[in-house]
Amino acid sequence: MTGRRLYHASAIAAEIAVPIAILAAWQVWTTRANDPMFPRLSTILTEFREMWLFSQVELHLVPSLTRIVLGFLIALVVGVLLGIPLGLSRRGRMLAMPHIEWWRAMPPPALIPISIVLLHSIGNRQKVAFIAFVCLFPILLNTIDGVRGIDPTLIDTARSYGVGRLERIRSIVVPAALPQIFAGMRTSLPLAVIMMVLTEYFSSTSGVGYVLLISKNTFQLVPMWATILLIGLLGYLLNLLLLLIERRVLRWHRGWREVAVQ
Amino acid sequence: MSRHGAPVLEIRNLGKTYGAGAKATRAIDEVSFSVADRELVCVVGPSGCGKTTLLKCVGGLLRPSSGEVLLRGKRVTAPPEEMGFVFQEYGRSLMPWLSVRKNVLLPLRHKSLGRSQRKALVEEALEAVGLTGFIDHYPWQLSGGMQQRVAIARALAYQPSILLMDEPFASVDAQTRGDLEDLVLRVREEFAVTIVFVTHDIDESVYLSDRVVVLTHAPTEVKEIIGVDLPFPRDQIRTKELPEFTHLRGRVYRLIKREQEDETEADEPVLEAVREGG
Repeated sequence: MTGRRLYHASAIAAEIAVPIAILAAWQVWTTRANDPMFPRLSTILTEFREMWLFSQVELHLVPSLTRIVLGFLIALVVGVLLGIPLGLSRRGRMLAMPHIEWWRAMPPPALIPISIVLLHSIGNRQKVAFIAFVCLFPILLNTIDGVRGIDPTLIDTARSYGVGRLERIRSIVVPAALPQIFAGMRTSLPLAVIMMVLTEYFSSTSGVGYVLLISKNTFQLVPMWATILLIGLLGYLLNLLLLLIERRVLRWHRGWREVAVQ
Repeated sequence: MSRHGAPVLEIRNLGKTYGAGAKATRAIDEVSFSVADRELVCVVGPSGCGKTTLLKCVGGLLRPSSGEVLLRGKRVTAPPEEMGFVFQEYGRSLMPWLSVRKNVLLPLRHKSLGRSQRKALVEEALEAVGLTGFIDHYPWQLSGGMQQRVAIARALAYQPSILLMDEPFASVDAQTRGDLEDLVLRVREEFAVTIVFVTHDIDESVYLSDRVVVLTHAPTEVKEIIGVDLPFPRDQIRTKELPEFTHLRGRVYRLIKREQEDETEADEPVLEAVREGG
């Protein structure tokens, strides 16, 4: 027990210590170099606090976060709703898989010009749609796989006890596929952050990506670095939040897997 | 078999073919037998003879290709509400995300019962299988034998009049197996259920049964139906020491062995039919 606790403590210490060491190295190096292209860490942090803890939060951080969350949730709902019937039906998969593979293979930035040409801009709705589109595939494919992989004995068990088709999906199929669905969500979330930056970078009047673009174009290097720092932190914290939710929802799965491995 | 009345379950000329055309395989050719009220019938046969297929047809989980299953004279086309099924793979038929309590509760959720009634049924069933202390555990935290008890409790809570059990004790150790066999005999009395019990274990079939249905290899037919007149209550040691038990066991064994030899001559793969030393 104590050995295990010690191991956890050292793992957490390492996770914190390494970034701190890197930041410290950055500070030492930038102080020595004194190059305006690479501002000091302390300067960046002061700017970061000013921008992203206060003045720009409502104007730029909130819209970006809203887009990420909305796009991600749409992808989750659509992915699961499409993935369940496709996972259950072989014929459905045969019909749908070529289309899924086609759209999945399409690099999302390649679609941005379409939106710009057809709609002359990428508004808020298009941004959310792009994020949802890109997040959809990992969730959809993982849901299909998870549903396909359900042990037929579980389904037979439910059938033999007269559990109806819809109730079977709700109480057997979804929970059984949930570990895989979460795996898809974990793949999708970083993609949501990427698409947020990308779409705001192309055309926007608000958002973190927009701030990044403007600071770059106007050579405001300190705000640019502060924004890069924010984007990294945003991705990290969103992922952490998802992991915490997963750990709570799938508590049974960790224990079950440990037993299955033995 | 004076204790049993009219048949509740009739299997009539049941046949099952998998696939179609040139690739079709006849798994079950023609099987007929009936089961009386509160009777315990064991079905044995060489491995691969379609025992599970037969039981799934009886339980309405598979549709027979020919013939029919009658439950109190009514044709079975879907899993009937008065049947409970216990699967061989307990590890795969219990929901790993649900606690023992919720697993047993699962089939009751859509029955029109009050909340307290449901709770009582769950607790009564778990008490009958001796798992009261583990009600809030996850099934995978329990041993194999205990998991199969959960599956039995789930079937009992469903209040079936007929229990279908598909090699339920095939993957537990010998000691646990004996305990579980006695549990089956006890719940049959306590819950007044009719049981169709598929097994590949000849000792088990004779020990539990009122009658043993011996099947041939595929395409399957009924080889012989043997009445078991051993006295109740049965006892793992005393019953098995009776000369009558040894005699019956030998009879079933010989029937199955002959089946296996026939199959070898037919140049088909032979799988292990009886438990080692069985």
